Amino acid sequence: MTPDDRRYSSEHEWAKLDGGEVTVGITDFAQEQLGDVVYVELPSVGDQLKQGRVMGVVESVKAASDLYSPVSGEVIAINDAVVSEPQKLNDAPYADGWLIRVRPDNPGELDNLMTAAQYDLHVSDRGPEE
Amino acid sequence: MTESPNGRAAQHTVTIRPEPSGGPPRPSEPLLSELSVAGRCGQRLPMPDVPVTPLPSGSLLRPALPLPELSEPEVVRHFTRLSQLNYAVDTGFYPLGSCTMKHNPKIDDEMAGLPGFAGLHPYQPAEMVQGALRLMWELERALAEITGFSAVTLQPAAGAHGELAGMLMIRAHHLARGETARRRVLVPDSAHGTNPATAAMCGYEAVTVPSDARGNVDLAALERLLGPDVAALMITVPSTLGLFDERMLDMTAAVHAAGALVYGDGANLNALLGIARPADLGLDVLHINLHKTFAQPHGGGGPGAGPVAVRADLEPYLPVPVVRRVGEGVYDLAYDRPQSIGQVRAFGGHFGVLVRAYTYIRLLGADGLRRVSEAAVLHANYLRAALREWYDVAYDRPCMHEVLLSGRRQKAAGARTLDVAKRLIDYGFHPPTIYFPLVVDEALMIEPTETEAKPTLDAFVAAMAAIAREAASTPDVLHAAPHDTPVGRLDEATAARHPVLRWPQTPAPRAESGEPPSATRASR
Amino acid sequence: MPFVPTTDAERAAMLERIGARSTDELFEVIPSPVRFPRLALPPGEPELTVARRVQALAAANRPAAQMACFLGAGTYHHYVPAAVRALVSRGEFLTSYTPYQPEISQGTLQTTFEFQSLVCDLLGMDVANAGMYDGSTALAEAVLMAERITHRTRVVLAGGVHPEYRNVVATYVAERGTELVASEVTVADAMLCEADPAALLDEQTACCVVQQPSFFGRIGDWAALRAACNRVGALLIIVCNPLALGLLKPPGEWGADIAVAEAQPLGIAMEYGGPWVGMMATREKYLRQLPGRIVGEAHDAAGRRGYVLTLQAREQHIRREKATSNICTSEALLALHTTIYLSLLGPAGLRQAAESCYQYAHYAAAEIARLPGFQVLTPEPFFHEFVVRGPRPPDAMNRRLLAADILGGLPLGRFFPALADCTLYCCTEMNTRAEIDELIRVLSEP
Repeated sequence: MTPDDRRYSSEHEWAKLDGGEVTVGITDFAQEQLGDVVYVELPSVGDQLKQGRVMGVVESVKAASDLYSPVSGEVIAINDAVVSEPQKLNDAPYADGWLIRVRPDNPGELDNLMTAAQYDLHVSDRGPEE
Repeated sequence: MTESPNGRAAQHTVTIRPEPSGGPPRPSEPLLSELSVAGRCGQRLPMPDVPVTPLPSGSLLRPALPLPELSEPEVVRHFTRLSQLNYAVDTGFYPLGSCTMKHNPKIDDEMAGLPGFAGLHPYQPAEMVQGALRLMWELERALAEITGFSAVTLQPAAGAHGELAGMLMIRAHHLARGETARRRVLVPDSAHGTNPATAAMCGYEAVTVPSDARGNVDLAALERLLGPDVAALMITVPSTLGLFDERMLDMTAAVHAAGALVYGDGANLNALLGIARPADLGLDVLHINLHKTFAQPHGGGGPGAGPVAVRADLEPYLPVPVVRRVGEGVYDLAYDRPQSIGQVRAFGGHFGVLVRAYTYIRLLGADGLRRVSEAAVLHANYLRAALREWYDVAYDRPCMHEVLLSGRRQKAAGARTLDVAKRLIDYGFHPPTIYFPLVVDEALMIEPTETEAKPTLDAFVAAMAAIAREAASTPDVLHAAPHDTPVGRLDEATAARHPVLRWPQTPAPRAESGEPPSATRASR
Repeated sequence: MPFVPTTDAERAAMLERIGARSTDELFEVIPSPVRFPRLALPPGEPELTVARRVQALAAANRPAAQMACFLGAGTYHHYVPAAVRALVSRGEFLTSYTPYQPEISQGTLQTTFEFQSLVCDLLGMDVANAGMYDGSTALAEAVLMAERITHRTRVVLAGGVHPEYRNVVATYVAERGTELVASEVTVADAMLCEADPAALLDEQTACCVVQQPSFFGRIGDWAALRAACNRVGALLIIVCNPLALGLLKPPGEWGADIAVAEAQPLGIAMEYGGPWVGMMATREKYLRQLPGRIVGEAHDAAGRRGYVLTLQAREQHIRREKATSNICTSEALLALHTTIYLSLLGPAGLRQAAESCYQYAHYAAAEIARLPGFQVLTPEPFFHEFVVRGPRPPDAMNRRLLAADILGGLPLGRFFPALADCTLYCCTEMNTRAEIDELIRVLSEP
């Protein structure tokens, strides 16, 4: 079930607004496509991100994917647990597997992103990819 | 049993390997560090018979040399046993797509090892190495003749290295004409990963061109992407789909009309020897993989060599030095070439590999080379015809030297291409290439080569058919495969999450005790 | 045909199964104007004939390995133990492929893991890859790696780095706008002076590259340079002769960030330039920027230890245009040569080989320095190479030596116009006292 308390980018990231801060992660579809995640490279606290720009990398045994920031803003926290135990991204991509927390320049930016229903449609149109 | 044409049953049967006996697991071969015992030595050298000069100051010397200590008998057994864990072309059928795992004639190795070649120093003056220079010159001429190009460099050490040299020459060509806006390189979606990686190394932006439903480069899409900002199109001929592009001449003409060049990845040249010359197809630069088409043994992952052939106007950009014939039977190396892209490797190319390729070409000759490609393409089409009953063939037209299948049917039954591959190991075959090219779902790419005999191909078909039946009825047998190898499927995720990339380090010696460093290994 | 087993009858059976009338029909997709070209090549010949032909080409060479050889300069004449050749020629090593199916490639994977371990131990570094094409391309890739890590594009090279290595680096960085600066090499008071590259470092410098021993044979002390690199945040890259490390402090103990080497001196024939193999190693923290294949330890479901290609997501077949490098096929069989060589020699043997080189070179240099009109320009400490200036031009001296079946050193004019009257001499464990005495005798002839 794709959680409907957050928004989704076409690059399979999610962004959840909570008390003025945005938490970011990857979707269940993304972690399944990647396979066992072995390594995550995240931006640093203090970095300035722009919506749609590359902010890091997630690696599995057979693939490597750029992470694209779904919002613009300053990174205020990164999830160290995911860096030391990358399998959290596979086990709980919407909960323990969160990646970063951002102070958004403009919370309205989330309106550019898809709802859960729109994202589900986006994924089913795509079909399976290797 | 398969019937041979003259009525007698052929010698080959498919042996279905037994399920594991349930006995104790075979012990793995220890590491050198685990076999090491202080005081052992495998090689002595004569003591220098000159007056002793004191060594440099201790601050420049190493306090300890933590290498394993073994005797020759142990070294020989260790590596002999390790070799026996490998599957190889010398062992059996090895149908990896686009790798051309053909038999490597043994005479090639003998020739490369001749003291008159092995003992040459690359800085010896030309007068002392005329045989070597002549061999290089004749090899260049032969490769030029086979591919239809004017000039060749033998310097690159591998295919990807040849790609680098070739793309740098294309870059030099555009820069010499003041065309600094050409910053993009077009690469088909079926391309091998080295192509976009090479483009990026040369400072280009790699842009993907889609393929169409017949496995051709989508010509309309290509024409939309071509423009004054495109430096080159990189194509593999035949493509990595095992197909010859049906609009080849139109494609290369379109690239030229846009002022760009066509780079050819020659990995699949085994389909074209005496069949078509890449230069005649409109390619401008081509790298050749001597470890594929020209039978250099693969060595477990190299050495190879990646000579590059170019059309005449690109000759000034070749890497230095260039082999020249300066008189009747007299050769030298030319370094003064102001437009050269420079050196891509110190000391020249992989001469030992060049000797093997030269020997191979002389063994085959023009007639033999053509028979190689005819047989390579015949064998691949034979497998295509025989396997289509059991597996989806990705494209509905004759293939060249390799055939691309999809494991879609098997996936629907609950066994993926990976499982098919692992089960093939139980049947005594090395699996084909899997999950490449990326454009076909559950890809299985099979290149039999010309050096396989029909009974082997038939045994392979029988095994693939048996596996297809197993996939449909008892897929768990595939999931658990391979069953009887020195190790089973390895946990690659844990290996990547917690990398152990070397044996444990020897602890540093205690300086004050004056004891020699311990050769035993402590665990981390 | 010996290498194409298919008979006419088998071909006919296959065509029937395919549904084609002839093999020509399989090539209908090739445009007819360009189909079936006549290749102007000689016809194929039997093995015996070809062997004679190629043997004649080999016989038309005069190999350094069969003379008294004093030529080095990055390629070295060393002893290759018989067991090396015997083991690497086994078909299971020679004719296997890159180990993509680990269950049936443990031979290649474990020997590669052993190679990586030996490189780390020898060079004193944390992690090594499975090998690069050679020392020069390993250096070029190390420079690119330093640029990726520091996001800087200025590279300082010591004057003692091999000139051809510098050329290869220049080719690899050509399109990146990298500024390459080299420190000077001069001669003053009959002494070769390699200027300290530390003076050229600044805040835009990605890395400083030094060679140990230098192209001219000198053994450097890099402690001050390491500190200088730290001050500006530049990486220290050391290119080394791995056989010299039987004696000398390795790059890791000098604090190198990346260490590269040409492994040819360790069990690989000179073979007119290749194939050889490059060593490349770095610190743990830079692991993910290391190009090339890497083998790691793994376990199967039964708990058996094995080895696999790992961290492949950095490589071209996955990361494509964002890969750390385009390298695919490398030099696995040559890495095996070196692994076997080091296994046989062990610490005692390698130390002995290095000491022999040192002793013979110092004897030769001392004897040459005593000859009237001759000077040894490389100051102590040097390892096994040294620069000589004599009363005759280098080419003339070498012609005399050749007449006595001696291969003299490298005339340096080809790389250093200011040293056109100088020759770079090298001694290894393959030289004998008798050879050196004969060298002295011929050099001293009026």
